[in-house]
Amino acid sequence: MAEAVLEARGLTRRFGALAANEDVSLAIAPGECHAVIGPNGAGKSTLVAMLAGEQRPDAGSVLLAGEDVTALGAARRARRGIARSFQVTQLCRDLSVRENVMLAVQAAEGRHWGFFRPAHSDAALTVTADASLAAAGLDARASSPAALLSHGEQRQLELAIALSQAPRVLLLDEPAAGLGAAETAALASRLAALKGRLAMLLVEHDMDTVFALADRITVLAGGRVIATGRPGEIRADRAVREAYLGDVVDA
Amino acid sequence: MRERLAAAIGLCLLVAAPFVLEAMDEAFLLSVLTRMLAYALAAAALDLVLGYGGMVSFGHGAFLGTGAYVAGVLLHHRSDGSALVAWPVRIGGTAEALIAWPAAALVSGLLAAAIGAISLRTRGVHFIMITLAFAQMVFFLVLALPQYGGTDGLMVPGRNVLAGASLEGDAPLYWVALALLVAFLAFGRSTMAARFGLALRGARMNERRALALGVPVYRLRLAAFTLSGAVAGLAGAVLANQSSFVSPDLLSWQRSGELMVMVILGGQGTLFGPVLGAIALLAAEEELAAITEHWMLILGPALLLVVLFFRGGLWPLIAGKRGDG
Repeated sequence: MAEAVLEARGLTRRFGALAANEDVSLAIAPGECHAVIGPNGAGKSTLVAMLAGEQRPDAGSVLLAGEDVTALGAARRARRGIARSFQVTQLCRDLSVRENVMLAVQAAEGRHWGFFRPAHSDAALTVTADASLAAAGLDARASSPAALLSHGEQRQLELAIALSQAPRVLLLDEPAAGLGAAETAALASRLAALKGRLAMLLVEHDMDTVFALADRITVLAGGRVIATGRPGEIRADRAVREAYLGDVVDA
Repeated sequence: MRERLAAAIGLCLLVAAPFVLEAMDEAFLLSVLTRMLAYALAAAALDLVLGYGGMVSFGHGAFLGTGAYVAGVLLHHRSDGSALVAWPVRIGGTAEALIAWPAAALVSGLLAAAIGAISLRTRGVHFIMITLAFAQMVFFLVLALPQYGGTDGLMVPGRNVLAGASLEGDAPLYWVALALLVAFLAFGRSTMAARFGLALRGARMNERRALALGVPVYRLRLAAFTLSGAVAGLAGAVLANQSSFVSPDLLSWQRSGELMVMVILGGQGTLFGPVLGAIALLAAEEELAAITEHWMLILGPALLLVVLFFRGGLWPLIAGKRGDG
């Protein structure tokens, strides 16, 4: 296998007596869509937070393209190419849809120290932002404040922002949360189009989406990795069926 | 559009004021207006931090007062010929505004950078309290300087000269204060619409998102805080000239609170609003103080009503558009 774009090695994170993550290791290969599934409370969001740099692991390390980034905070990791979407949408609500994306483009460029030229007439920001909004199908809403978008549109914007960072790896924390069936299908086809070009970590509850998109799946339960493998292997894995997939069928 | 028109009308009024006051034989009021402009400059500077940046600084009086003391102390040494620093190189006082005012801005800016570097590691109420605590430290430090008057304050002998030209009399200082205010408003507005402002505002609205994008939130905030402190210091230098007197009162927490009231009363995140807020608050103080010595009893509830019923402050009522705060 080629060198992993993003790798977790023995990540452990404890909250008091509770081990949210215990010795979690996984590697995302270039262009791979690597899904992480598991029941509620399995530690999926904690894992994403540690990969993104929002939380520090108690033990273990995070490697970005072979380089140890464990000591770096979220902003520094973002500048090195880790982008993420949030389980609960995180937008600059009073900025327009376009400005939200412009800020992401600006952050990807790493040039924040402009004091005179209006950002709106800065082609380096607007051209990329507008293209990204068109790709997300949000161009008609470009000038409305982000807060006024519907939930589905906000989820689309969240993805458009992360893609505008021109990341090396994209962490998606339940991108389909709260979406209807049609919206989920549209999201899945957008993500499918990214496969092969962008390394992705996909945390998702919707099993149809996961099995349609994932090249490999890691299953978490109780903070531990109980299985890693191709979708077919995971489907056949007995421990997984007991820990997780069985629950879904019963529900 | 309407906001631009409102700002243009405001500028016209301020430009016409000296002539109108002279025609009305009330030219002495020009000095009061100069004081308002100096506070307006400090309040607009605070708005950069409080409105656009979302950092509730309760210590801006320290920057205002420090700027005033720098200008005052330089004039003091110039007048009695003594040295500000005797060793290793002798630095005397100066009356030249082109030296003294940038010095005031520089010292206040450095102070703001130092205070900001520590305070900006905290959030919310902690930030308010730590900026207040630092400002109180500066306040007591100045009280402990007997050579500059201590609690009594320092009489400022004469005024600065600007590139050799005298600023004596009410009109020259008024025009300089107005020019500084207009220049800062133009700069501040353009900066908040530029990349720097986009990132600063974005970080206020959603810090988590900004960090996930890789925005260097801490550095941007520190830059805004430093700039704001420097401009407040410049406003202090104008104030020292206007009143020919600097006192520790300028550094007090009451002054910091007053600046916050000006920003919130006028409308945060607008830059123009705090100017209106400064003029309105100081005018109300003057007028009410002339009526009764218990003017606080009237002003307090009045401010409360404005904040309760016009949540965006006074400026959005005129401009028809809410601020960015």
